[in-house]
Amino acid sequence: MNALTVLNPQDQFKAPTPDELFNLPPIIPGVDWFTKPVLLALLSAVIVIGFFWAAFASPKIVPRGVQNAAEVGYMFVRDQVARPFLGKDADRWMGLLLSLFFLVFAWNIMGVIPFAQFPVASHIAFPAVLAISIYVLKVYLGVRHQGPIGYFKNMMFPPGLPKPIYILLSPIEFLSNLIIAPFTHAVRLFANMFAGHMLLAFFSMVGFWFLFEHLTPLGAPIGVIGVVMTIIFTAFEMFIQFLQAFLFAMLASMYIGGSLHAEH
Amino acid sequence: MTTAATLLASEEGANPLIPHTYELVVGIFAFAVVFFVVGRMLVPRIQKTLAERTDAIEGGIKRAEEAQAEAQALQQQYRDQLAEARQDAARLREEAREQAAQIKAELREEAQAEARRLIEAAHAQIEADRQQAFTQLRAEIGRLSTDLAGRIVGEALEDEARRRRTVDRFLDELESSSAQAVR
Repeated sequence: MNALTVLNPQDQFKAPTPDELFNLPPIIPGVDWFTKPVLLALLSAVIVIGFFWAAFASPKIVPRGVQNAAEVGYMFVRDQVARPFLGKDADRWMGLLLSLFFLVFAWNIMGVIPFAQFPVASHIAFPAVLAISIYVLKVYLGVRHQGPIGYFKNMMFPPGLPKPIYILLSPIEFLSNLIIAPFTHAVRLFANMFAGHMLLAFFSMVGFWFLFEHLTPLGAPIGVIGVVMTIIFTAFEMFIQFLQAFLFAMLASMYIGGSLHAEH
Repeated sequence: MTTAATLLASEEGANPLIPHTYELVVGIFAFAVVFFVVGRMLVPRIQKTLAERTDAIEGGIKRAEEAQAEAQALQQQYRDQLAEARQDAARLREEAREQAAQIKAELREEAQAEARRLIEAAHAQIEADRQQAFTQLRAEIGRLSTDLAGRIVGEALEDEARRRRTVDRFLDELESSSAQAVR
């Protein structure tokens, strides 16, 4: 990094580095833990709670106002996330899946909210705790519903395959289910948010640098491209933020469903 | 590559794949609070409401179906009653017609009987009158013919017995000839 800064004179455009973008100082000097992602993570939790409290605190049979909006969200999670994997158990797990989806979605959407503009899930700690919680729940439910031996047997030795296949299949299944799955669960969300934030920051800095900080006839068109790309990628990023929240909740639902009932 | 990455991490003090401890704590805390309030308190409420709504809608549909079935039963009942009433009316009309025909026939029968009776009475009367007239005529004719005969013969037919015989014979002849003439 030092080498790069040496090469770059002051009047040359410098792309934002991950360090600048993601290693944020404490908001209050001295209180090390209280950084922007921490603030936004807590704010998102408050917003999600506030939204659902306003909607479902005293729900009406004929919905009005915010209850309508929240019910659309509830129906979405129930019909697209819970029911395909949990079937008739869906209602029991709706509390978890609804909280999971909306908290992750709020964390993600902070990336495009003006002034917040930081996707909380781009710090791996946040997806990681959720993925670990789901992982613990998955293993616990699997052992409880299929028995300690049955769980691993169902996972590693799905019936109906030629015997030699198991030599290859069993270690792969073990690895993918118990080691890779929680890791990818967390990293998929983290990496998407991380990359998305990098892209947005890059294009908006291009626009800001070439149109405001260092306006030149040659640089201006590049700045315009930067602004246009920022707008396009903001829309795209909103879609990705929604999609990743959906995927995160859907995978959680899938893991829970797989532990409740042996897949084969 | 590895050295570059470690160098980067050590220099910047932030490998994005290494989670901050305080963020782990905040993350799990935020999720726990959201799960407790939204997942544990609010979701059961909306689930209850949704179940109630389903019940209400199903109840409404059921009630509507019941009302419809009732209306149909009522309509069927009215239709049956109407058909019955029509049948009754038709039957009554038929009966009335039959009765009328019967009464007419009876009356005609009576009238005919009356007429016959009258004609018979008239016939009897006529017969009696004729008989009476015939008897009267017979005596008259007898008297007249004896008178006439006496006047023509010039001799009185004093002898009563003889006169009667003569008259009777004459009358018998007359009768037989008149009977032939009547026929």
